[in-house]
Amino acid sequence: MKIAIIMDPKDNVATLLSDVDKDDVVQARLGEKSTEEQVNEPIRFGHKFALSRIGKGENVVKYGEIIGRATQDIDKGYHVHVHNVESLRGRGDQR
Amino acid sequence: MEFSGYQRNDGRVGIRNLVLVCAVVECVEGIARKIAERVKSAVAVTHHYSCLHLGNEQVVNTMVGIAENPNSAGVVLIGMGCEALRPEIFSERLSGSGKPLEILSCREMGGTARTIDKGIEIARNMEDDNRALEREPFPLDRLVVAVKCGGSDATSGLAANASLGVAVDHLIRAGSPVVFTEPIEAIGGEEELYRRAANEEVRTRIERVISNEENYWKMSGARMEFMCKGNIDGGLSSIEEKALGALHKTGSAPIVGVLENSARKCERPTVSGIYFQDGTHLEAQAVTNLAAAGAQILVFTTGVGAALEGLITPTIRVCGNPTSFAQMKADMDINAGTIIEGRESIEEVGSRIFREIIEVASGKKTKLEGLVPGVFDIYRPDPRLDSLAGISRRL
Repeated sequence: MKIAIIMDPKDNVATLLSDVDKDDVVQARLGEKSTEEQVNEPIRFGHKFALSRIGKGENVVKYGEIIGRATQDIDKGYHVHVHNVESLRGRGDQR
Repeated sequence: MEFSGYQRNDGRVGIRNLVLVCAVVECVEGIARKIAERVKSAVAVTHHYSCLHLGNEQVVNTMVGIAENPNSAGVVLIGMGCEALRPEIFSERLSGSGKPLEILSCREMGGTARTIDKGIEIARNMEDDNRALEREPFPLDRLVVAVKCGGSDATSGLAANASLGVAVDHLIRAGSPVVFTEPIEAIGGEEELYRRAANEEVRTRIERVISNEENYWKMSGARMEFMCKGNIDGGLSSIEEKALGALHKTGSAPIVGVLENSARKCERPTVSGIYFQDGTHLEAQAVTNLAAAGAQILVFTTGVGAALEGLITPTIRVCGNPTSFAQMKADMDINAGTIIEGRESIEEVGSRIFREIIEVASGKKTKLEGLVPGVFDIYRPDPRLDSLAGISRRL
């Protein structure tokens, strides 16, 4: 089974260790524990998918820390990346 | 645990015997490069902040830090003869190091061709003298290790940086000072750095470095791209995510100091532990700053397979992405992609990196050493911008 890594129990995203297709079920590992998660669109190696629904404006959490904010609703199992996440830091455009 | 290196007159320990051919002003850069081409152990140290720049103190501090680096076993300073940054400004600061030092003025020599010939002769003599130097064993507290990442992707936090973090923990236990920099890549990772600050003063200085950096890039007219194409293609979505992955390379030990790197001074580590150096994320300039702070060796982690070698710091490249490693195997010193493939643990790769650091420090050549001249460039924040942004580099 394809593998994804969850870095911290607080995370709402997992990082894929291989390319996945729509409807693939992956083993999402958090330390010694793991769960099975369905991915709902093709996503590449190294990219992230949502472990639960992340509403527009909600924080995206990886490594147990906030890595950005959702710019649109992201359903469980969908790709989480620059098309639907914005950084909160060093934003000269939002002074 | 020991490594073998060369004892210098100032008590520091080199891991290579390089002759530094330093152009103190840009109009003699070509002369320095020609000399370095003709002498095997010579490297050209050049910069492009000429006579009419304001506030060149940081340039001098960095050049002096580089010339004093223990990998330098001889310095040839070359000037045109009419520059503002005269060779004597450097030689006065360098005299305490006890390194072989010569000054050449192009005007006094009677032009470029004669300066090149004389420079080659001097550098070759220094090289000959250096052949008599012998390695001796030293404890690891004499080895300053720099860590830097570049060409990060989603594997960086999982493999290359994670395993380097393990190696750094080994180094700290063995007594080495370890230095990291890139303030911009701490943006979003502050909480971890604050937690690891050895005391309140260190915490305050970390805070100052990061807020300076953020202010610098938030100025009106700045259009900063924190992320390169490779970062985004590789799965990193924000500077925060990149920063958190990047910090893994510093392991888990307390941060014992913040190194000021400014027009006022270029600080060096004084005790064992992790140090955060103020400076830049720009690759060549960051590597130069780390060497100016006295690092003898650099460990460079990558996901996309970036092949970077420092000019005076032998560089161990660690690649955490199996696909990149397969492509760039010829240039990568350590394969950390085995972690992603499930063939090795983070701890196992970390131990390999630690052993490689000792071997390279003791003379083993890295994959790129001697193949191409390494990168070198001087970072100098513009004092006018600092002033406009209300930034004080005094930490």
